[in-house]
Amino acid sequence: MREMIVIMLSAILVENFVLTKFLGICSFLGVSQNLSSAVGMSGAVVFVLTIASGATWATNEFILKLFGLEYLQTLIFILVIAVLVQLVEIILKKKIPALYKSLGIYLPLITTNCAVLGVSILNIQRDYSFVQSLVYGFGAGVGYTLALVIFSGVRWRLETCDIPETFKGLPITLIAAGLVSLVFFGFQGLFTR
Amino acid sequence: MKAALKTLTNGIIKENPTLRLVLGTCPTLAVTTSAIFGIGMGISTTVVLIGANMVISLLRKVIPDKVRIPAYITIIAGFVTIVQLLLKAYVPVLDKALGIFIPLIVVNCIIFARAEMFANKNTVFLSIMDGVGMGLGFTLSLLIIGSLREILGNGTWFGMNVTAGLIDPAVIMILPPGGFIAFGLVIALFNKFTKTKVEHTNCQACGMCGKAQEISKSKEAVTQ
Repeated sequence: MREMIVIMLSAILVENFVLTKFLGICSFLGVSQNLSSAVGMSGAVVFVLTIASGATWATNEFILKLFGLEYLQTLIFILVIAVLVQLVEIILKKKIPALYKSLGIYLPLITTNCAVLGVSILNIQRDYSFVQSLVYGFGAGVGYTLALVIFSGVRWRLETCDIPETFKGLPITLIAAGLVSLVFFGFQGLFTR
Repeated sequence: MKAALKTLTNGIIKENPTLRLVLGTCPTLAVTTSAIFGIGMGISTTVVLIGANMVISLLRKVIPDKVRIPAYITIIAGFVTIVQLLLKAYVPVLDKALGIFIPLIVVNCIIFARAEMFANKNTVFLSIMDGVGMGLGFTLSLLIIGSLREILGNGTWFGMNVTAGLIDPAVIMILPPGGFIAFGLVIALFNKFTKTKVEHTNCQACGMCGKAQEISKSKEAVTQ
């Protein structure tokens, strides 16, 4: 149990996917413009990261390892993720329309989000068990949510600031992201006693 | 021939993938802790880009429009696997340093974007040229950001000491926060010198992440 909590907390704070591991930056910059889309996207990411962790772990254990095909990992994983996202979309649409309404539009964007492929590969590299993989995937998603929600607040403030012409737009956004990342850097070494 | 040359140079300044189109931000930020890693990542991506552009252009009349995205993913993933295995065999140091960002070339928006915007509409030769140009532009930007971070953060350039111990390196620049800050500064400088502003396009070009922005914008309109 203790171990699970450590995996979870370090995925959220110490190795925050967006701010210290640089995964999913595209969507981080794209949808953090306002809070409601940040929350919607985050919900979809938490959901997909968790199930993708499970699915790719199972694929690796029962198909790739069994047939000695580990060198095809990248190719198989990206296809599994693409299929999975499509499947989730169809199932949600049919069975839970309410959830589909709030997450549905964000789902197709997630296939090419590097966080999903990243978490799958990290799970395998670290030899996590099935449950550990699920916990890590979920924690990574929660970390993404945290970063996105905090940053959408920062961007909202930035809009009313008087910024030098050259820094307007993306440059100032990136520098602000750097400062938020600095805050998260304070968590480094939290679990290495 | 003129068209080929124009395509080649297009990627370096006018449509620089990193600094102008703002694609592939994840590897840009993650691997540029030193100039040499930046170049390593740039070359790996260039190889995949050229290969994928070539094959997609060859197959542009064969692949049905409806399944083009999965088809592209498979082609790109194939080339990434080749690069991954080659690096593991011949340059294990680089393979270790770049870590998961080698397999993550698969989801690099630059490659998708070029497949969507260029390779599926143009001839094989032009597509290869486009791949070379875009790859060079990407490598060059990574080199610039990597050099900046390495000099400021470690006092070295390609491992050589360049500050002669006159200034203390600011370690923060080679840590994650420094990545964001250095990238922001380089884009600001690029804006200043090329006179035109970088539009916040990030990934819009590849039509997948681009939707995220549309959604974000339309939601904004609703809330206002």
